[in-house]
Amino acid sequence: MHLKYESTLREPLVDGEKDYHQVTEDIISPIEGKPGKLWYVGFFISLSLLGFGAFSVFWQIYFGVGVWNLNKTIGWGWDITNFVWWVGIGHAGTLISAILLLFRQGWRTGVNRAAEAMTIFAVMCAGQFPIIHMGRVWMAFFILPYPNTRGPVWVNFNSPLLWDVFAISTYFTVSLLFWYSGLIPDFATVRDRAKTKLRKLLYGVASFGWTGSTKHWQRHEALSLVLAGLATPLVLSVHTIVSFDFATSVIPGWHTTIFPPYFVAGAIFSGFAMVQTLLIITRKILNLEQYITIGHMEAMNKVIVLTGSVVGCAYLTELFMAWYGANPYEFDTFFKYRAAGPLGWSYWIMMTCNVISPQVFWFRKMRRSIAVTFVMSIIVNIGMWFERFVIICTSLYRDYLPSSWSYYRPSWPEVGFYMGTFGLFFTCYFLFAKYFPVIAVAEIKSILKTSGENFKEKMEVYEDQSDEKFAHDVAHAH
Amino acid sequence: MAVKNFVVGLFDDEAVLFPAVKKVRTAGYKLHDVYTPFPVHGLDHAMGLRESSLHTAGFIYGITGTTTALSFMSWVFNADWPLNIGGKPHFPLPAFIPITFELTVLFAAVGMVMTFCWLCQIMPGVKKHIFHPRQTDDKFVMVIELTEKTNAEEVKSFLTAAGAHDINEQKAEAGWWFGRFDKDDEPYLRKIQTANA
Repeated sequence: MHLKYESTLREPLVDGEKDYHQVTEDIISPIEGKPGKLWYVGFFISLSLLGFGAFSVFWQIYFGVGVWNLNKTIGWGWDITNFVWWVGIGHAGTLISAILLLFRQGWRTGVNRAAEAMTIFAVMCAGQFPIIHMGRVWMAFFILPYPNTRGPVWVNFNSPLLWDVFAISTYFTVSLLFWYSGLIPDFATVRDRAKTKLRKLLYGVASFGWTGSTKHWQRHEALSLVLAGLATPLVLSVHTIVSFDFATSVIPGWHTTIFPPYFVAGAIFSGFAMVQTLLIITRKILNLEQYITIGHMEAMNKVIVLTGSVVGCAYLTELFMAWYGANPYEFDTFFKYRAAGPLGWSYWIMMTCNVISPQVFWFRKMRRSIAVTFVMSIIVNIGMWFERFVIICTSLYRDYLPSSWSYYRPSWPEVGFYMGTFGLFFTCYFLFAKYFPVIAVAEIKSILKTSGENFKEKMEVYEDQSDEKFAHDVAHAH
Repeated sequence: MAVKNFVVGLFDDEAVLFPAVKKVRTAGYKLHDVYTPFPVHGLDHAMGLRESSLHTAGFIYGITGTTTALSFMSWVFNADWPLNIGGKPHFPLPAFIPITFELTVLFAAVGMVMTFCWLCQIMPGVKKHIFHPRQTDDKFVMVIELTEKTNAEEVKSFLTAAGAHDINEQKAEAGWWFGRFDKDDEPYLRKIQTANA
């Protein structure tokens, strides 16, 4: 009998009659074939977006930051909105790969690889915004504490903006290491079944010469566990520090202690939405419906409704505190210029998309519907973009001096820059989907015999027998 | 690095593999390694491997990061260039925490991954002998090293009895070398080729 046992009440994580070899076939064979027409279409759309983005950035660098519609009143606009939005999206990947690993959630195995890839690409996109926003990007290295000839004058370690530099770069590095260490064994799988010389060579280099030795696996497990343990507080710290950029200032609407948890919940909320958008398409195109099942999507929708409600709670708390705190400036910011006023529409888009619409996921039928999930995932991402826009712009556009009051709409290089990061993100994602194992092959194999459909059926015998007999059989199995 | 002789047997199922590992150990054969396509829980214990100390290494790297960050920032603010920033103290510990935390994580993660690669002897360009191409796919490959005392035929029949299949004998490099996976470039083969040429 088998030592592995999981209740048959739990939905299988891998559908269909799979054995280990079939898992390899299903996940690796798309890498070996030619990409379909859709892939080329998508890839070239992404590339052209990326090109347009590069042109917009060139335009801004050439003519200066004045080509953006930022002004003295609104110093942060689309750029910082997009920065926070992209960083937030990245958070779901780490949550899935690290936090769910610590919580021993088996369903993470189907989605973690793609989600972590999403994290890395999203952070790559995010990092561009503050750097380009500096205006003189060729001076960007000034943010690093390096011994220089100006004293040396060091950076200000008290500044949340500098904390951000450390947080984002650490986050990117650790995510990349985590992701790549998981990829090494899977690259070895691609290498060992490769038919062409070039593939053998390239995946041979990428797999670092991995053999699958038991000792190496033992170390690999230890590494994954500790990296997960490190990444868990890291991911919470990153968005906390991003929220400090706002919370440590004295702008009404930013200066609140609720920001760190509220930002982290929002980040996970938007990240899961992006994972849903990507995976619904990926599972369809690469025929991975048996690995990324409706059950996986339902689990993620549960996270979405939870974090969406946490975010909703935070919005209401903010409103309450603006009234209860009896600070006239904060009251005005929230009730006159955020929920109403010239930019009031953006507040209501945010409320509708983030708080009201995700409540459909209280219904099981909705959580398990692909169409509803897909539409909702896009709505949530729009909502979360507006959340950052609302926080940044509606706090700034009505400041203490009415003569400085202003309005803000982006200029084309700002929009182009944002489109460009979409281009970068999807270009990377298309390359990933073609050349990388989109699902963690080794990890799926390790849960196959507890959570595979055909293996679960065999376990029905044990459901009927007494606990004592089961325990006795396990104890004397070998 | 050394060229050795091995007997290789394939297993299809962990449930057969575990008792086989136990038998090999009681019989006293030199178990070179078991190659598996995914981490098989408990196999390390069954093989009698000791626990990994990678966690300890990670802890040491983490502490190094903590002290680096704290000492560097306080050196900058107190000794190298004391700067009055809004009248704030020169040792603002709470404000140092975020960067200290980030560097702790960064040092621990980077250090651990590098140690992992070092211990497992893996890096881009490194090549090792692959006993069976499906050891990274679906087969559990048990490799027994032949010493002067072991009889190859005896080991083969032993493995058959233990439930292995596709049993064969291989002469192979036991360590790693710099090589390419699209070529048969094991160092001892290269020596033979140059000797023949």
